[in-house]
Amino acid sequence: MRVEIVDLHKHFGPVRANDGVSLTLETGSIHGLLGENGAGKSTLMKCLSGYQLPDRGTIRVDGQTVVFSSPSEAIQHGIGMLHQDPLDFPQMRVLDNFLLAFDRRMLPNRRRGRAILRELGERFQFALDPEAEVTSLTIGERQQLEILRLLALGAQVIILDEPTTGISAPQKIKLFATLRRLAEEEGRSVVFVSHKLAEVESLCDRVTVLRQGRVTGEVEMPCSVERMVVLMFGRHIPPAECKRVELGPPVLRVEQATIPSYRLTVQDAGIEVRAGEVVGLAGLEGSGQRLFLRACAGLERVAAGRVHLGGQEMTAAPYRRFLAAGVAYVPANRLEEGLVGELTVTEHVALVNRSGPFFIDWPATREQAMAQIQHFNVIGRPESPVSALSGGNQQRLLLALLPAGLRLLLMEHPTRGLDVESARWIWQQLMARREEGTAIVFISADLDELLEYSDRIVVFFGGQMSAPLPACDTTVEQLGYLIAGRERDKETR
Amino acid sequence: MTRIRLNDVLLVVAPIFLALFFTTVILLAVGASPWDAYRNILAGAFESPEKIADVVAACVPLVLCGVGMCITFTAGQWNVGVEGQIILGALFATWVARNLLWPQAPVLTLMLLAGMLGGALWGVIAALLKIYGNVHEIFGGLGLNYVAQGLAIWLIFNPWRPADGATMSGTDPFPDPAWMPRLAHLRVSPLAVILALLAVVVVYFLLRGTRWGLELRAMGKNFRSAYLLGVPSTPRLLTAFAACGALAGLAGAIRCSARYGRMIPDIAGGQGYLSLLVALLAVSRPQWVPFIAFFFAAVGVGSPRLELNMHLDSSLGGVLRASMVLAVMMVAGLRMLLNQRRARAAGETPSQDVVESGDAAG
Repeated sequence: MRVEIVDLHKHFGPVRANDGVSLTLETGSIHGLLGENGAGKSTLMKCLSGYQLPDRGTIRVDGQTVVFSSPSEAIQHGIGMLHQDPLDFPQMRVLDNFLLAFDRRMLPNRRRGRAILRELGERFQFALDPEAEVTSLTIGERQQLEILRLLALGAQVIILDEPTTGISAPQKIKLFATLRRLAEEEGRSVVFVSHKLAEVESLCDRVTVLRQGRVTGEVEMPCSVERMVVLMFGRHIPPAECKRVELGPPVLRVEQATIPSYRLTVQDAGIEVRAGEVVGLAGLEGSGQRLFLRACAGLERVAAGRVHLGGQEMTAAPYRRFLAAGVAYVPANRLEEGLVGELTVTEHVALVNRSGPFFIDWPATREQAMAQIQHFNVIGRPESPVSALSGGNQQRLLLALLPAGLRLLLMEHPTRGLDVESARWIWQQLMARREEGTAIVFISADLDELLEYSDRIVVFFGGQMSAPLPACDTTVEQLGYLIAGRERDKETR
Repeated sequence: MTRIRLNDVLLVVAPIFLALFFTTVILLAVGASPWDAYRNILAGAFESPEKIADVVAACVPLVLCGVGMCITFTAGQWNVGVEGQIILGALFATWVARNLLWPQAPVLTLMLLAGMLGGALWGVIAALLKIYGNVHEIFGGLGLNYVAQGLAIWLIFNPWRPADGATMSGTDPFPDPAWMPRLAHLRVSPLAVILALLAVVVVYFLLRGTRWGLELRAMGKNFRSAYLLGVPSTPRLLTAFAACGALAGLAGAIRCSARYGRMIPDIAGGQGYLSLLVALLAVSRPQWVPFIAFFFAAVGVGSPRLELNMHLDSSLGGVLRASMVLAVMMVAGLRMLLNQRRARAAGETPSQDVVESGDAAG
């Protein structure tokens, strides 16, 4: 089956997630879709699989124009998607999950379902017990169940969104063998969405690279890794000149920390951050950098290893002790976990004033809020509910709420979603804090931001933390390689 | 600006009409005159000083539990265990009444304090189950209601059994000092009314003017943000449940001391669930609670008249109250939906609205 996407547009407010994307999927081929976070890969695939309606653009299946208003319409036309988080019902049995998807009658035929499941499973050597509960399966096995479900539904085009995150190496080998078989022997088309160069290199026949919602190139494999990196991250200005800052004593020391989570475990992470130092954490979303940052504030359990703060052991300490020790954590989702949308600016000022009196002096707090608003250039009033402020102003408010004289400031994506002016202002404030001796550790997806403001950068890939790189000796290209899981040195030697 | 005000008025007026419309349809369906029915309820509640006193007395537990639930609602908690907290308050107060044969003032003071302690204890257990046992407060509260009910029945039928045998009519009457003084021949205790009004004032200032209240609000609106901003969630949850439980326990103590003068198995009498509706209608604003409670109490006192005069079931009053709550929630939901849609249509520029309204206010 041949699928053509022609000039597809999808905007979310001012964000152009897809800005005129065209793509052709040939029968019997594995097509890679490569790009960094926010490049528009997922949006494009959601449009193709019926989860979202494109704003503009055409999708043709075997020459016929189609419009999918739901995933079930897409699957009727033979297009199915395997999501990064398997769309199954963990409390139900494998067979029930399977039946739920394709036998929609009042009384599904369990015997027939079991037979089909077994037959399909044998064809691809997936050992799935129909009676097992899905909670007992690994992510890799749940993916296998999803693939079988899509095949049972007659999918001719199978889209896989970052399918190798969270599965074991043998499962990956099996998955790739399955995908090749689906394409080469059964004549189906496979779309492989990934940011991992090595995987795309070893699996795909053709690769389309997206950047900022546009196609930056389409290449036949094999193709040089260098070319793909350039297409993925674009060309960049040479690194800014080095600025030397006097660093103080060590503030944060993490030793061989293991931070487990369901999907990913950060292994053996260690770093020492000194007063006044800025350390950037790079890596594609879900590579472990957020787990690590949260562990530095006691928000994530450290299963092995140690966390020290200014010489004090803090390994199993709760968040409140970190807070008391002068650590602040600023999350990326400001309205979800940073601010309380329904409370006003004044109420936030009162809320963070932990040493304030039990009976709040509202007029004085309002004065304080007014002063903060002026000092931090927040466009809003003391009685504005925080949800009514723009993203940039919310971020300014978050900074305004941080206590003075912090020892360690941990930030997720300090300037994500902000306009250039606000972003520059935020960094001015952060740099002023660093001058006062606050150590800053931040996550960013913006390579320029990482290189411009960090003293050192560490890169996370699949839960592994790289050795710290001095920011002034590092180029955007080098970072790009590390983020995509390739060592540049190995490549050139 | 005018549009927003109109909306607020609609939010209050529309549900009343919707609920009246709904009950009118029911009345018409059973062939009764709606006009006569509403007139009978009104007359049943207000025709004599005795009736008005009954309405005021019926308000007291609703107000106490209603403002208590405003506290837990503010913290984002569905404290449906109020029924059990009333029972525990009554049990603790009964123990004092039966065992301490002192003069009236100390006995009554101790009964009320013991009632608050009992209710607070039951509330804290629900909170502990939630914090350390991962039991949702709805299930914990419901379970504890049954435990409290069982405990009350066991006590009444075993250790507290009257000499002439245990019945559902409860224990022996309390000794005289354990009866709350009533106003002349009326069935209302002025002390109880004063305590209820005091509770409204205290809770209003606690929620509005203190760090504790602000922190509860932050937790209720966004638990994760409040946590990251440093609100100590465990102690705040415990104190919120304890405060609500204490008020419910006070209501229980007042019910057995001022209304029945003994402990009976049905001491809570559904007041806990009814006050949940009061708090829902009040949208967690304690200052609205007395008015809503008054309306609920009036309908409750007036509806038996339907049975006497019109041979209708008095549960119609319950239908009227419940359909009003449903109507309020429906209108509130609709309004939220409309606001969202309007925000979307306006291209999501809420910041402008605030600047405008802020300018108008300043």
